[in-house]
Order: sequence, then C-alpha cells, then structure tokens
Amino acid sequence: MYEIRFFEEAAGKLYRRGLLKGGVHACIGQEAVEVGISAQLQTDDFITSTHRGHGHHLAKGADPRRLMAELLGKETGYCKGRGGSMHVAAFEVGSLGAFPIVGAGVPSAVGAGFSIRHQGTDKVVVTYFGDGALGQGTVYEAMNLASIWKLPVIFACENNHFAVSSPVEDMIALKDAPAFAASLGFCGVRVNGQDILEVYRAAGEAVERARSGNGPTLLFLDTYRFEGHYFGEPEGYRNREEVQQARNEIDPIPLFRGRLLESGALTPEIAQEIEQAARSAVAEALAFAESSPEPDPEEYGKYVYA
Amino acid sequence: MSMPDSQNPRKISYMLAIREALQEEMRRDPTVVLFGEDVARHGGGFGISKTMWEEFGDRQVRNTPISENCIAGMALGAAMTGCRPVVEFMFMDFAALAIDQICNEAAKISYMYGGQASAPLVYRCPQGGLSMKSAGAHHSQSLEAWFTHIPGLKVVFPSTPYDAKGLLKAAIRDPNPVVFIEHKALYSLEGPVPEGEYVIPIGKADVKMAGSRATVVASGYMVKLALQAGEVLAKEGLDVEVIDPRSLKPLDEECIFGSVRKTHRAVLVQEACRTGGVAAEWGMRIEEECFDWLDAPVERVAGQDVPIPYARSLESRVWPTLDGIVQAVKKVCNFK
Repeated sequence: MYEIRFFEEAAGKLYRRGLLKGGVHACIGQEAVEVGISAQLQTDDFITSTHRGHGHHLAKGADPRRLMAELLGKETGYCKGRGGSMHVAAFEVGSLGAFPIVGAGVPSAVGAGFSIRHQGTDKVVVTYFGDGALGQGTVYEAMNLASIWKLPVIFACENNHFAVSSPVEDMIALKDAPAFAASLGFCGVRVNGQDILEVYRAAGEAVERARSGNGPTLLFLDTYRFEGHYFGEPEGYRNREEVQQARNEIDPIPLFRGRLLESGALTPEIAQEIEQAARSAVAEALAFAESSPEPDPEEYGKYVYA
Repeated sequence: MSMPDSQNPRKISYMLAIREALQEEMRRDPTVVLFGEDVARHGGGFGISKTMWEEFGDRQVRNTPISENCIAGMALGAAMTGCRPVVEFMFMDFAALAIDQICNEAAKISYMYGGQASAPLVYRCPQGGLSMKSAGAHHSQSLEAWFTHIPGLKVVFPSTPYDAKGLLKAAIRDPNPVVFIEHKALYSLEGPVPEGEYVIPIGKADVKMAGSRATVVASGYMVKLALQAGEVLAKEGLDVEVIDPRSLKPLDEECIFGSVRKTHRAVLVQEACRTGGVAAEWGMRIEEECFDWLDAPVERVAGQDVPIPYARSLESRVWPTLDGIVQAVKKVCNFK
C-alpha cells in the first residue's frame, strides 16, 4: 500500500512539474482494494484494469520502474511509451491491460475466463471497474455471459462514489449489489474497501469459488479517492472538508498500520522499515524512468501489427 | 490469375468453402473457437456452421447471448490468453454495436501495449444487399470502410469460394485482428475449391479478368458484376482488366498500380454508399502514384448516399448496376 501511495504521490509531483502529459488518474485512498485482492492472486492469474490502474498493476507485482517509465513515455516502459498511464499493461504479471474506456476491459476478462476453462487450468481473472462503469451496458452483458458459462471471473467494482463529477447516487440505480448478483445467478458481496482485511477475506472466498469452478463473484467495494478524478482536476463537485475528513478517518494505510501496531503484529521499527523500503523503491523507479531514453520517433509505426 | 488446380474440379459454394475453412482450422488447432449468436445447433444465421457443433462441441463452437460488444471483447480477452477466436456477427450491421471492442480495443492491443500482446482473432461479418431482397436499412449495409480506417485491423473480402476458403484460413492464422467480410449474395455462388490445405496470403490482390483498355477494381459481389460488365464490354471490343483486391487492408497497391499503368484508365466499384468509401481511398492512391500514366479521370461507381430502402423499386435504384459499370468504362475509354 505504501508503494502505491508513494508511487502516486511521485506521479502527482511529476504532473505539477509539467513532466506528465495526458490524463493521470491516481488511486490514492483506494489502495486497500487493490492490495487486498491481489494478495489472494498468483502471478499467472489475470487482471484487467482501468484508467485508474497504477495500483492494480503494482499490487499485481508490476515493476515500479517500468511502470513509472511508461508514465513518462519512455522506451523502457512496459508498453515502450506507446500506452502511457491510461493504457498500460504488464503481461509478465498477468495484467491484460488498462482499458480506459469505462467498462471496456470487463468483456476481455470474461474472454480470459473462457481461455482458463478451455485450457483446463485453475487460474482466475479479476476485472476492476469503477462505479461509473455500472452505467455501461457491456458490463452487464459480461456479467450475464460469465454467469451462464460459470467462468472464473471476479467482478471488482471499486465504488469510489464519483463518476468523474457525478455522485454514484445520482447515476446508478443499482443499490443492492448482493441481491443484484444473486438475480444473475452468482454471488455478490458488499465490502468495506478501506479495510484491507475485509477485502482480503472477501477476495479469498471469491478466488476460491472461481478456482473450484463455482463461477463468478461480484465484489462491490466501497472506497474513496482522495485525489481528483485526474491530477489537476478542479473538483467543484465536492468540498475540501469532505476529502479531508476522508483522509483523516478512512485512509486505509494508517488504519491498517494502527491495527497491526495495536495488536503487536508489527513493531514501529518494522513498520518504519516497510515504509522506507517503499519510498526507496519509488525513488529508484523515478530515477530509472527519468534517465531512460524516449522512443525513437522513427519507430512510431512499430507494433501496429503483431 | 490464381486458379485452383485444374486436376481438381470439385465445386462447392462460397458458404461451404467458409465452413470448410473453419472445420479444417479447428481440426488442425484446438485453440480455434467459434463464438456467435445461434452458431451451435442452429448453425448460425445463414447456416455456415451447420454440423460443426456436432463435430466440435461446446469446447470449440459456442452460442452466445445477443451481446455483440461483449462478444467482440470477450473474444479479444480469449485471444490475448491463448485462444484463436472467430466471432460470427449475424449481420455486419450488428457489428456497429461492437465498434468499441473491435476498433478501440482489439485493433490497438499490439501497439498500445508495445508488442507485449497480440490479438489473433477474426470477426466474420456477412454484409451487403442484393440477396435477401428488401432486408432494409439494418440488414443490408456495406460497412468495410469503417474498419479499413482503423490502424491495427486487417480487412479481407473474398468474392469467390476459392478465395473465401484460402483467405479465412489465413485470417485465422494471422496474429492480428482480421475483419473477414462475407457477401450474403455470394453464399450460394459455386466455384472450384480444392479439398484440403491451401492458404491465400492476406494483402494479395487477384486479377479476375485480364485486359488492356481499362482497369476495374471491385470487391465482394461487385466483382461478379464487374466480370459480367467485362463480358458485355468485350463484345463491344473493349477488354477490361478486373482486379479484386481481396484484402482491403493492407491493400495490394502494386497489383492495382501495375494494372492502371498498363491500361491508363481506372473504374472503381463499391457497393457501399459513395461518401468515404474504399473506392475514394483507391482513387486517391492511384492519383498519388499513377497520375502520369492516366489518360482519363478515374471514375467511381458506388451505392447512393442513402440508408438501404425496403421497397424493391427504391432498393434496386440505390445499388451499383451492371450498366453503371459498363457506362463508366465507356466514359473513361472515350475520354479525350
């Protein structure tokens, strides 16, 4: 969680220095969702991600150096600078890519689920999407298909309460995720996405269900993004007090750290070490990315066709 | 002219040639899977996959719900993880629902992800009119130009049973997403097709009729019309060369340019409505590369810029005609 947090903060600094172009969407505040789920996955399990995907990738084991290099549009990035923050993928750790067209990665996850069954393995696929994606018909089409084919797909809906500026209550009629999933013939769970242990437990049950051939699960994870929709967003749709209150009360990192310290599972020294290791990894990623070469402009046509 | 082996005169229909390509590829490679609405027991909207579910079962022939965008994307996910899916859209018009997954996702996977992944999949699209008369506005369109516009896609459009089988096998083996267009009016067309293995490379045009007075470029059902026009014109002493690009993207420019530089005249035929069609692209490329050889302005024969109407009297007015091609050839040949 620290690594994701520091990575996003570093990206924010790059943005403010004018070094990051294009839309960059930070997941600060949502780390427990990504880490809690990924802790239940193997490297060769699949995920599909979204425009807010750095955390999905890092939690799945992506190399922060190659991810940061991709953000900076460098040849050493995961996508050799062709994708960028919003269109990154890391196939070496099972990421089938970020699909920044809202909801568009969900059908691909179902297809990966088909392949898993076709090949007879017990892998699973997690498809992340936001509350805003519940406005996309394709997401419901994909849930329908995964259910009738009983595929090992985990639908991870990150409800961060805003589709850009629009509150989820105004945009999305779906109120009862478990009942909704049940009506489609599979299990749905509403999860406090700020509590990493609750996420971890729910994800574990979903992964077990998928691996054992018992079909998909909808994880409806209530979370909150502390940054705007993208770095630099004016955020006229919510007030500063609301965000500050969230940072004070439901930041998943101090919540978990506090619990671990309280229970004695973690000493302050080890906690400090973990935090420092994450800072170093991100600093190293930044140095790597900043010193990496840009793609050769003459290679603009490379990779159009496989 | 690429023609099948004359020692093997077996003739089958365009529809059976497509089925045979699918069957051969599925037997050769168990990762090839067919997805589509009613493709299993029912055999698909036009009967292409009849008997295939019985042979290959759910493992390789899967009925899908009516969810075109999801199916197109699901196939992409399967393609990225080890399968080689073939998606059948019941009508090409319905592929409009899947434009996001085909054009924004599948087409860009290789590039956007810097070569980490490829999307070996085929979108089979039955298009065009002239067969099911009065199928109307949502069941008769010719939409190839939507897809030739998108980098990362390949687009092929066979006009004979021989080409259909060889090109579909090439499309299935290609590591890129291929939009494979089938013309509904050609399904019953019979022609020589060898049994067993052969592949027609994507990106290779075919000279369907050799001639010297004008080059006629046409694809799909328009090849049939162009060949009929060629016969009419031959009786009047005008021998035309009919070129079928077969692959609309990538386009075999060498073949087209070579012919135009020989005949000095070009007539471009497309069934699709006129504006923004493939003929406009062919014409511009000829203008860019063959201008000095041209003895007449390039002529275009195309559908009218209207939705396809229902009434027979209207419908027959909006498609290109045999006479339209004949007149266009005469016009370029008589140009002074």
